Amino acid sequence: MAYAVLAPFFLAIFAPALTQALGHRAGWALAALPAGLFIYFTGFIEPVSSGERFVFTAEWVPSYGVNLSFFVDGLSLVFALLITGIGAFILIYAGGYLKGHEHHGRFFSFLLMFMGSMLGLVLADNVITLFIFWELTSITSFLLIGFDHRREASRRAAIQALVVTGGGGLALLAGLILMAGATGTMEMSEMLSLGNLGDNPLYVPILLLVLGGAFTKSAQVPFHFWLPNAMEAPTPVSAYLHSATMVKAGVYLVMRVQPALGDTILWSIILPAFGGATLLTGVFLGLRQTDLKLMLAYTTVASLGLLIMLTGTSDLVIIEGAVLYLIAHSLFKGGLFMVAGTIDHEAGTRDITRLGGLRAAMPLTFAAAALCALSMAGLPPFFGFIAKEIMYKGLSHVALIPTGLPAADIAAWVLVAVAVIGNAMMLVIGFAVAFKPFLGTRADTPKSAHEGPVMLWIGPVVLSVLGLIAALTAHETGDLFIEPMTAAVSGVPIELDLHLWPSKFDAAVMLSILTIGLGLLIFSVYETARSGMGRIADWVGWGPDKGFDQAVRGIIAFAEEVTGIFQHGELRGYMIVTFGVTFLVLIVPLAMIDGLPAIPAIPDLFVYEWGVLALALAGLVAVFYAKTRLTAIISLGIQGFAVALIFLIFGAPDLSFTQFMVETLSVVILTLVLTRLSLAETDTRGMPRALGDGTIAIGVGAAFTLVLLSVTQQPLDLRLSAFFTEFSQPVAHGRNIVNVILVDFRALDTFGEITVVLVAGLACLAAIRLRKRRPPAAQSHGAELRNDADDAISQTRPLPSAKETVS
Amino acid sequence: MSTVILRTFAPFLASLMVIFSIFVLLRGHNEPGGGFIGGLIAASAFAIYGIGCGVAPVRRALLFHPIAIAGFGMFIAALSGLLSALQGVPLFTGLWWFPEIVSGVKTALSTPLVFDIGVWLVVVGAITTIALALEEEERE
Repeated sequence: MAYAVLAPFFLAIFAPALTQALGHRAGWALAALPAGLFIYFTGFIEPVSSGERFVFTAEWVPSYGVNLSFFVDGLSLVFALLITGIGAFILIYAGGYLKGHEHHGRFFSFLLMFMGSMLGLVLADNVITLFIFWELTSITSFLLIGFDHRREASRRAAIQALVVTGGGGLALLAGLILMAGATGTMEMSEMLSLGNLGDNPLYVPILLLVLGGAFTKSAQVPFHFWLPNAMEAPTPVSAYLHSATMVKAGVYLVMRVQPALGDTILWSIILPAFGGATLLTGVFLGLRQTDLKLMLAYTTVASLGLLIMLTGTSDLVIIEGAVLYLIAHSLFKGGLFMVAGTIDHEAGTRDITRLGGLRAAMPLTFAAAALCALSMAGLPPFFGFIAKEIMYKGLSHVALIPTGLPAADIAAWVLVAVAVIGNAMMLVIGFAVAFKPFLGTRADTPKSAHEGPVMLWIGPVVLSVLGLIAALTAHETGDLFIEPMTAAVSGVPIELDLHLWPSKFDAAVMLSILTIGLGLLIFSVYETARSGMGRIADWVGWGPDKGFDQAVRGIIAFAEEVTGIFQHGELRGYMIVTFGVTFLVLIVPLAMIDGLPAIPAIPDLFVYEWGVLALALAGLVAVFYAKTRLTAIISLGIQGFAVALIFLIFGAPDLSFTQFMVETLSVVILTLVLTRLSLAETDTRGMPRALGDGTIAIGVGAAFTLVLLSVTQQPLDLRLSAFFTEFSQPVAHGRNIVNVILVDFRALDTFGEITVVLVAGLACLAAIRLRKRRPPAAQSHGAELRNDADDAISQTRPLPSAKETVS
Repeated sequence: MSTVILRTFAPFLASLMVIFSIFVLLRGHNEPGGGFIGGLIAASAFAIYGIGCGVAPVRRALLFHPIAIAGFGMFIAALSGLLSALQGVPLFTGLWWFPEIVSGVKTALSTPLVFDIGVWLVVVGAITTIALALEEEERE
């Protein structure tokens, strides 16, 4: 199973080379993998439909309970079949759609990586595995939306999708970890068998966090805006990711956790409310669009809302309707997107106002579009009709039985009304997409349209015909797919019998007739309705999409503000903050916790020891009285040498040695820096400033003294010294303990330190070069004449003077 | 800053300091010294040479850009730590060989020695990079 999930990633590595060799025909070859995986998964249909579940586990990070584990039940199997089955047609379609594109191979590669991520997501059993594949779908979606990366709109849409879905992913991670904590297992299959978590004290945070992930991914209000923007992606991506598979990941997640988190008051309020709002938002915003892809994108938003709303009821029949609708939607929406792409590809536009009368030129595409739209409209004998019938059967059943709570009764009827309006509007938009471009008089299109190549029409034709076959063989479809998937979502085994035609004239049939009638009525005044909706939307003027930009701008402005406060560029200010904080860090714990140390008696020192101290003092006095900055720096060196002498006297030759060298080099480098800075030769600080800085200096010095006194008054723990003395020679073959510690016992620490040294060297080099590379404009006339691009290149050219001197 | 005395004397002084720094590096395991302190001595040698005779002769003498030397040091230091993986012992475990040069005379080679040489190169390279870059600035 792990191999099945990882295979697309593996093939993704070779896709560019294969495309180089085969050209656009690589689409056929690459489609063999998802087709093979589809056949592999069909092997599970028989046992799963008889109630079996399969779990595959490979250890990954056993110490944290993270396993690469997968499980197959009715829900994950249907998703796996949709991903691989539709995926195969998408790869073929992409072969024809992007024929001749310079990055065709890269596109295949991204698509395959997405396919693997999506398979991993729906099959994952371990919650960490689930999360990783979840984020992988966000990342691959980012790559695919931004595929046309030279366009500003693509880049914006890609980043927006990544921020929204990636941010939701983080909420999901928190929710899943809480869920694992509440149930004591990381495996989804075990969590679900432990029963409902509704009484768990962590239920509310778990639910909100998991829904945060699901709602962002499945574009629920108020996060719906990223999905229409994602239409910047090439059409195969829109058909695959943003209608058939990825955006359904949120629905998948909600369905997956329904047995554990569903059927509570909170669940049945939040999900139908947000789902219903998304449904209405989607259809009304979709009505005003004239771009075929955007019309479809908004109906996808609406369909996702419908699915969330239905799942939120936790009613067995309604869930069955949701399951049916999910499958039907993947078939007809994937097909319609490909149709829209084909029209765009062949006619040169996908603006509905500029298209018409293509039926004769593109008969196969028209046939596929018509079949898909009829299924989308929920007309018999298509699969969408059965889905709508069952959905209405469940909804009306719930609404007709009084619960005793007036609020709940009203809510049930509101859901019925929302579903009817939503479905009617989807019929309108579906008909507009599928019939407007093909019927009527032939419109003048940018390209003279004719039927696309086989790679472009085979996908939509097969998917649309499947929508018909699945309905005509309703009984078998029900047994093999709907029953096990509904059982997995509801968490109880069920027995159902699916028919194409309703057995009696009941409320569901009446609602269906009402929907179709309402839809046809609006469709007859489609143009008026569209422009009316456009005016309303323009009048509102603000949406979450604009809000996203405002939020991003706000964050950047805030970051600039904060950076401006701390990185003001005044060196003296940095020093005051650094040393001020150092003083506080040293003195506060000492004063509050440890207590100030006792002042020691004046020790009994040898004459030469007094001499060294006098030397240090002399250095300090010299600094104080130095006339120029240069003298001050060199005088500071005297004080440093005195300290090195103290190390030498007290038996630390290595330390002393290093101190001597560091002191020498500090003076040299400081002097060199000083000569470069255009500072006055002498200190120009006025008395108040000098007093303030002096206070800080004395404060830090005093604090260090107190800390050192305090440390030396603690009992000395000699265990480490003893260990190193004992083992340095026999274990590490070295008598110099200091060096043995540096290069052997604590070599990793030293490695970190030399990394710091190296990076510091690089940073200094870069800083000095950068200064040199930006001469004042007055000095070089040439620099003004060069354009920006040249300038950027010369800025990034590495170490030119080094090359010059070496040669 | 360059005087005749310094200009004449600097190459000799620098050479002596580099030799001394290598001596300090190699004796470090048993006597005071080691890669870090040795590297500082060599870096001051190049700094003095640069102050005395200008940056160009130093760069010529070094053959490679000092930051590349530091990078190479980092590389062999990392390599010496990774070698332990071949023996199946934890990262940065010291490995020792005692090959016989001539009969009866053994010498000691070890990964800590390689590591220390790496430290020496990083310190020499990084400090010399900074010092030379600053000295160059000064002359422009």
